[in-house]
Amino acid sequence: MLRLEARPASSKAMSLLSPLIALAITVIAGAALFALLGKDPSRGLAMFFVEPFRGAYAVSELCVKATPLMLIGLGLAVCYRANVWNIGAEGQFVLGAIAASWVAMHAAPDSSRWIVAPILVAGVLGGMAWAAIVAFLRDRANASEILVSLMLVYVANQLLNYLVYGDWKDPNGYGFPQTITFLDPTKIPRLFTGLRVNIGFVMALLSVATFWLFLFRVYGGFQMQVGGLAAAAARYAGFSSRRALWVALLISGGMAGLAGAFEVAGPIGQLTPYVPAGYGFAAIIVAYVGRLNPVGILFSSLLMSLFYIGGELAQSRLGLPKSLTGVFQGVLLFSLLASDTLINYRVRWHAAHPAHPVPASKPAPPVANSTAA
Amino acid sequence: MLRLELIDISKQYPAVRANDRIRLRVEPGQIHAVLGENGAGKSTLMKIIYGAVRPDEGEMVWDGKQVEIRNPQEARALGIAMVFQHFSLFDTLTAAENVWLGLDKSWSLADVTKRIVEVAGVYGLDVDPLRPVHTLSVGERQRVEIVRALLTKPRLLILDEPTSVLTPQAVQALFVTLRKLADEGCSILYISHKLDEIRALCHKCTVMRGGKVTGEVDPRNETNASLSRLMIGAEPPQLHHETARPGEKVLAVRALSLPRLGAFGADLDAVSLDVCKGEIVGVAGVSGNGQQELMAALSGEDPRALPDSICLFGKPIGAHSPRRRRHEGLHFVPEERLGRGAVPSISLSQNTLLTRTESVTPFGWISIGRTAALARQLIADYNVKAGGPDATAKSLSGGNLQKFIVGREIDAHPKLLIVSQPTWGVDVGAAAQIRGALLALRDAGCAVLVVSEDLDELFEISDRLVVIARGRVSPSIPAAQATREQIGQWMSGLWSDDVAEVMHAAA
Repeated sequence: MLRLEARPASSKAMSLLSPLIALAITVIAGAALFALLGKDPSRGLAMFFVEPFRGAYAVSELCVKATPLMLIGLGLAVCYRANVWNIGAEGQFVLGAIAASWVAMHAAPDSSRWIVAPILVAGVLGGMAWAAIVAFLRDRANASEILVSLMLVYVANQLLNYLVYGDWKDPNGYGFPQTITFLDPTKIPRLFTGLRVNIGFVMALLSVATFWLFLFRVYGGFQMQVGGLAAAAARYAGFSSRRALWVALLISGGMAGLAGAFEVAGPIGQLTPYVPAGYGFAAIIVAYVGRLNPVGILFSSLLMSLFYIGGELAQSRLGLPKSLTGVFQGVLLFSLLASDTLINYRVRWHAAHPAHPVPASKPAPPVANSTAA
Repeated sequence: MLRLELIDISKQYPAVRANDRIRLRVEPGQIHAVLGENGAGKSTLMKIIYGAVRPDEGEMVWDGKQVEIRNPQEARALGIAMVFQHFSLFDTLTAAENVWLGLDKSWSLADVTKRIVEVAGVYGLDVDPLRPVHTLSVGERQRVEIVRALLTKPRLLILDEPTSVLTPQAVQALFVTLRKLADEGCSILYISHKLDEIRALCHKCTVMRGGKVTGEVDPRNETNASLSRLMIGAEPPQLHHETARPGEKVLAVRALSLPRLGAFGADLDAVSLDVCKGEIVGVAGVSGNGQQELMAALSGEDPRALPDSICLFGKPIGAHSPRRRRHEGLHFVPEERLGRGAVPSISLSQNTLLTRTESVTPFGWISIGRTAALARQLIADYNVKAGGPDATAKSLSGGNLQKFIVGREIDAHPKLLIVSQPTWGVDVGAAAQIRGALLALRDAGCAVLVVSEDLDELFEISDRLVVIARGRVSPSIPAAQATREQIGQWMSGLWSDDVAEVMHAAA
């Protein structure tokens, strides 16, 4: 009989191994899925794990998709570490895209290349403004930030539709619900000619370093995390929980808005109803698979990007539904949650025992259950 | 025939052998002490008897028959009741509901509520059955546990450190109760590290150290020193207490009144209190009488106090945040170590940052080297047994973490140190060290305010004593003139302001 046994201390090795175990399970489940769908599993898996690396263009696309995931995931990691549950990054992403588009639409053909800077700033401010609504309602009315941030995603989508079906519709666009194609000066500068990867990816990599420093070397970042780990300790130390709430939401909203700006002024080039592509939700998985650690998020966002591209390839080349991407994401997250058990427990083989052991009665913790993350 | 006999009981945990071939023999009607330091394995052994933990090896004989107790229900069916040291109550339920849960289901909740009031009355245990447990203080929770155990009319009653939250009078009352129970034939296992109590109450004493039995004696024929030798392998370190030379007034609390935050708890009612440079003022009282509220108001965690109701060196600080108060020299050691005084899951180095900012540059950068150096220095100076500055706070034992936290605050050179329950659940050696450190701090000119439910401790280190009862604070009395009886009476809220002032004036 297999039994889980508590480890005396949580295992460092396992916390690093667990995402890899989860990935292995995902690969196995994926292979089984392809077999069930009547496709060659090795070809199917190649779509996900080999083809996206074949050639400079493929790698560039990988980075293009990873950029918004990384940016949003970093912001969410700070938020979750502070015990603030912003699950509406998708809405903040949309608002960032809308604000950035507003600036981009004001550009003239002879505008300076530096117009990109106000476009990005507008994106950040748009995302922050949307997240600020959540912070305000939580702060003043003690409204659940989970519900408010999620609901605001749908409001953001309606606002987007209102604009692209209404005032912002391109008069020469044959009635399609989309804005004008943004003029050349507003385009996010690309890194290489012929490849779509742009400075957004460099910005994301710099953000990884910045967020790592903020979380592990800056007193302000430390204070926020104490609030998330043990609210009573933060109160004792005198770290403001209101400040942590606001900072967490503004940072994560700003990062989501920045990602939105990079999308509309980068690969998409105009505002359309298809801007919300689910990056804001996928970034939640990215943040957790990356252990809420900026370096981990670097890798997990690339992995998640792999799933997006693999799903598209499986659709175009194997004729499989694109929703395969979602299946892979879901399997990965579930496998990770399961594998994480091994950080605090180990599996032991025990001869079947006639009587089940009774767990020791647990002492009631003296502090509220604030440490549960 | 013995009521209970344990033969070679062993229990191995992943990191430690908690019980190693333990033998224990309890006669009917015997009050049997199990003496040992924290971590000696007493609690594990009791949980084994109660069926909450299963032993790896060994036999248990109950009334001459070998038994295997698989769970607490079976233990209760045999007539074993237990009062846990750490409380096994559900926070969201009321006291009565918690008691009801552990009982035979033939009772109705209304019956149970009535019985609780009766039993509480008979044994002088003040319990309101209708209050939710999360609003109860530590001491009140323990009273609920004791009443719950007594309600089952046990044949063997296990009490784990029951007196730490009782007034001296209540301890005497409890002893009367326990002796009465014993005379009626109930056996009692009395877990404690308080030597005086064991010698006064118990007929037999099994001493444990490091998971093993180190002696089985009649405590009535032993001295504190001989019991202590069995328990810790050495005699307890003696404290050197010189007379205080109090200086200028450091803390002045004036007419501090705060309504309770929740539906329950205690209202602070016109609390006035002074602490001077170079003296230790002890606050005695039964828990739940406003200690937590007073501490939160003084530390700044509860920001509602009027600015001038709390003054530090004559300056009103009632509106200042905990961080600002620390800058002004007020440091605080809270009652809860894990989750309040320290964040459980982060390292000791990082935990220094809760109250110490020497390692933070003016631009908000944390110097990792300096936090580690500070943690290493605290570990060395305060003799903390830890895996180093990178060890997580939760990996330390209660006593070692307490030494670290007390050290962290003392090392900050406070002008006023407020300590709540300095040695709660701390072993004898660490407790003596912490008390010694507080006395040294006082001698260095710091003002110290200590809140404790352990009267022995307060008498040992305090220069002046006040008592908190129902949110009111008594006038102070020099510790040298106070008697336990008088303090015990005051703990029930019975003091005359005039008498105390006269005694104070005479001091």
